[in-house]
Amino acid sequence: MNDRQGIGMMTNPITDQKPVMLRVMEKKTENTGFATLFFEYSLPFRPGRFIMVWIPGLDEKPYTISLHDQDRFAVTIEAKGIFSKKALTLEKGDLIGIRGPFGNGFEIKPGQSAAVVAGGCGMAPLATLADHLPDITTFIHGARSKEFILFPGRFSVPREFCTDDGSLGHKGLVTDLLEKNIVLGKHFDMVYACGPEIMMYKVFELCETHGIPCQVSLERYMRCGFGVCGACVCGKQVVCKDGPVFHSRDLRKMKDFNTKALLKSGKEVDLSQYFSWRCQ
Amino acid sequence: MSIRFLHKILKNPTVLASGILGNSKDILERVHENGCGLMTLKSIGPEPRDGHKNPTVIDLGCGMINAVGLPSPGYLNMENEWEALENRNFPIIASVYGSSIDEYRKVAEYVSSKKPDFIEINISCPNSEKHGMIFGINRESSRDVVSAVKKVISVPLIVKLTPQAPDIADIARTCEDAGADAICAINTLGPGMVIDIESKRPVLSFKKGGLSGPMIKPVAVRCVFDIYKAVSIPIIGLGGITTGEDAVEMVMAGASLVGIGTAVRYRGIEVFQKVAGEMDDWLADHALSLTDIKGAAHNE
Repeated sequence: MNDRQGIGMMTNPITDQKPVMLRVMEKKTENTGFATLFFEYSLPFRPGRFIMVWIPGLDEKPYTISLHDQDRFAVTIEAKGIFSKKALTLEKGDLIGIRGPFGNGFEIKPGQSAAVVAGGCGMAPLATLADHLPDITTFIHGARSKEFILFPGRFSVPREFCTDDGSLGHKGLVTDLLEKNIVLGKHFDMVYACGPEIMMYKVFELCETHGIPCQVSLERYMRCGFGVCGACVCGKQVVCKDGPVFHSRDLRKMKDFNTKALLKSGKEVDLSQYFSWRCQ
Repeated sequence: MSIRFLHKILKNPTVLASGILGNSKDILERVHENGCGLMTLKSIGPEPRDGHKNPTVIDLGCGMINAVGLPSPGYLNMENEWEALENRNFPIIASVYGSSIDEYRKVAEYVSSKKPDFIEINISCPNSEKHGMIFGINRESSRDVVSAVKKVISVPLIVKLTPQAPDIADIARTCEDAGADAICAINTLGPGMVIDIESKRPVLSFKKGGLSGPMIKPVAVRCVFDIYKAVSIPIIGLGGITTGEDAVEMVMAGASLVGIGTAVRYRGIEVFQKVAGEMDDWLADHALSLTDIKGAAHNE
């Protein structure tokens, strides 16, 4: 094998260059419109990073990893647009490519008392965080309704739920629950949040009011995944490379947070216009 | 290491290559804060254009292959950006592309009214069916597009050339005669292709893409060497520059400024100050100045 090393080859397989081709090992339907694809592959990963998922002949999109251990990982996908709907038709044995992991991941300090706040499919990147984080004192998950709650029974820490329609838990917003916890005197060293950008912005505002640092995971249209092409810039930050996780200290300076994003053409638009395009 | 380039004094000879990061004023400002002397905006086209589907950019370790496909909001849809750039404290090149001489002229004239420090016409992009490269491989079309654009703009004109031209020095000389104020060389090399052998498909959605980074540096150095012999206007040399030593080599081939793009992948946004610092160190160690080494490889 020695003569294969050197030119573009190293002892450890490189996973962030050409796509690594993997076959779907198992597909698990989660609930309304969600499925998780499992892959048998040892991927170096830490919570908050992401991979580019390539469906040959279709497109390539960034996804977080929703489950990770020594020799397998999984990606949880919500059927929203052309790509994700196609992804959910994949079956055991089907071939996809992955590149990555890319991005910074969550900053984790042992011994910190943490709140984890998930909105909708924002649960996916927070799931591996919750698996690794020993000191979650509050775990909040909001969704449209009961059927959209992801990963029931998975976590050792019980979740507080809220839904838009009141079908499970509190009828209202995740920030209502977070604020209630803070007001009741719970102490948090860090709040981790992922969900719709407006939700993360509200979490950030609430944390600022109470002097609690937070980390949120942003989403923008991406191409390269490694900070070169500039498709995903948000203010002075490159979301795929400097993020996708941003700390309060970055968010304070990020004027495009919850306001602007770039379309595929590079045109800067309001976030509402951006998200209506992204969900096509 | 401040340096004069045409009418502008730049803090150092590093240039952000077109198509890398240049999507907004904010990010250009950050590139400038990280030591870049002159920043190029992402190419501006005549119509709104999404570019190709992903995968569009792949790192190959020895460089990248890309076919992003010239995304652009379209020259008439960038008012916010121009407004923001009006109050900039750094110099910029506005890169322009088209699929006909009329389109180049129309876009360049409008962009010129927004007062970038330089306009670069991209007549060398390999990643679109009908834009760019077709102009840069042919002497007549290069001449026609340069002279048409030159007439309607009021800032210096840089022409970006392709290494696919059978004789790049001849194209450069033609552009100089037609009124170009500087040459930028080279655009990505190729197009090349990477096939995934498991799915039996080209990885890029456009199938073909331009090569950049360390693997193309010797071609870039040779092109700049040839162009330097043929023209008297300054050259922005780029293609694979990753270190200060690479930049020194490019200057010795004849470049006045050195473009950096793919190296952002390997050394981060800080690559500009790193390369400029390493150039400084090399020159100090050898008791030489930039002027001393420019075109030095041509000395018999």
